[in-house]
Amino acid sequence: MMDEKRKIKILITKVGLDGHDRGAKVVATLLKEAGMEVIYLGMYQMPEGIVQVAADEDVDVIGLSYLSGEHLIFTPKIVELIKENDLDDVLLIAGGTFPPEDIPTLKDMGIDEVFRAGSLTQSIIQYIRDNVRE
Amino acid sequence: MAKEKQPIAETVERLLTGNRRAAARLISMIEGNDKGVREAMKLIYPHSGQAVILGITGSGGAGKSSLTDQLIRIYRRHGKSVGVVVVDPSSPFSGGALLGDRIRLTRHSLDDGVYIRSLASRGHLGGLSRATADVIRVMEAMGKDLVIVETLGAGQDEIDVIHFVQTCLLVVTPGMGDDIQAMKAGIMEIADILVVNKADLDGATTCLRNLEAALNVKSFQKGEWVPKLIKTVAVASKEEELEGIEELVSAIGEHQAHLHDSRAIDQVRIERIEQELGLVFKEEVEKAVFQGLKGTGRKKGYINSILRGESDPYSVVNEVLNSYLQPSQS
Repeated sequence: MMDEKRKIKILITKVGLDGHDRGAKVVATLLKEAGMEVIYLGMYQMPEGIVQVAADEDVDVIGLSYLSGEHLIFTPKIVELIKENDLDDVLLIAGGTFPPEDIPTLKDMGIDEVFRAGSLTQSIIQYIRDNVRE
Repeated sequence: MAKEKQPIAETVERLLTGNRRAAARLISMIEGNDKGVREAMKLIYPHSGQAVILGITGSGGAGKSSLTDQLIRIYRRHGKSVGVVVVDPSSPFSGGALLGDRIRLTRHSLDDGVYIRSLASRGHLGGLSRATADVIRVMEAMGKDLVIVETLGAGQDEIDVIHFVQTCLLVVTPGMGDDIQAMKAGIMEIADILVVNKADLDGATTCLRNLEAALNVKSFQKGEWVPKLIKTVAVASKEEELEGIEELVSAIGEHQAHLHDSRAIDQVRIERIEQELGLVFKEEVEKAVFQGLKGTGRKKGYINSILRGESDPYSVVNEVLNSYLQPSQS
């Protein structure tokens, strides 16, 4: 176990008033099974707290889980705080249920990659491994 | 990593001013056992050693994180700054971990007087104990008055962590057989305070009585600390419905006072250093020896000779160590 590669640390969180955490929990478990260290923050998290925890835990990836239609509201604030905290090298991904036409908007806002419900887990894992900071 | 080579001293400087980003960076280095760790720890060590260190242990679901949350709340009210290390197990199969204790602590995320860090046990070479020891030092150096170490007290491994803490809380819950677990050797002995959490559940009184009975048959010397028993309810919708939290804080205060009055604190500090020294020594020696063997093909040779039944691990280690200890080698 000694010579294994550096562990990937990822923060998985729900955002805002969205109370649907099944998907986030499933993804968190799958990433754990893929050998990553997942900090699961649970529901009702606001941008300030999310970014502070990401900074304190020195994570490589932040994964936002959206379902209830607040993705366009919270994403800009989170991106702004990430910049403010010099966390630009942290990979920011979003997942969940939202209209496909919002994907370009989310990417314009600063989300690195989007995985809608139904995405293959292997594609999420591979994306993280390929794009995570050194 | 080359880019980290220069700024280690700078990062430590920033740590000493209480900067949590510096702390975050240094703890990642400790977790990954990066090359810079030794240099960093050399600089950090002289600025550590002054905090009150609390250990919270108990089986999963006993309420350790909820109690930690409550303790942070009270200590913050008293104006103390708090560092928290939460250790969760890594999967021995995938190597991954799900660190979920922060869910109970989110209300402190934005408090500048609180720094919380999750640590996965990773399970390499007793590395958890060494890493935890170093993380505590980092939190002390950043100026935390109090450091709380939360661990799953399930395996013997975690008991190691107990050597670094001054006051150890063992959290049990009614109806889980925890009181019997607590009576087993090596478990109750480590606790300075026994907490029966979820005391609003059925069986709390029985649980408390069993622990009381177990404590009563133990004999204590004059002046020796007798573990306290506290009933708590750490989760409630209203603050008034919480139970035993203030009492727990006073018990911690009493134990700390006892340590200082009896000068036992000196022994606790000596044990902490002894433990750290042992861990670092073991790791460094092991690493040096294995590095010495690397590329020589000797390791393979040893394994084969053991496989053929011509040697055994004890003889091999003896031979290797002797070659290191003999001055003619160098």
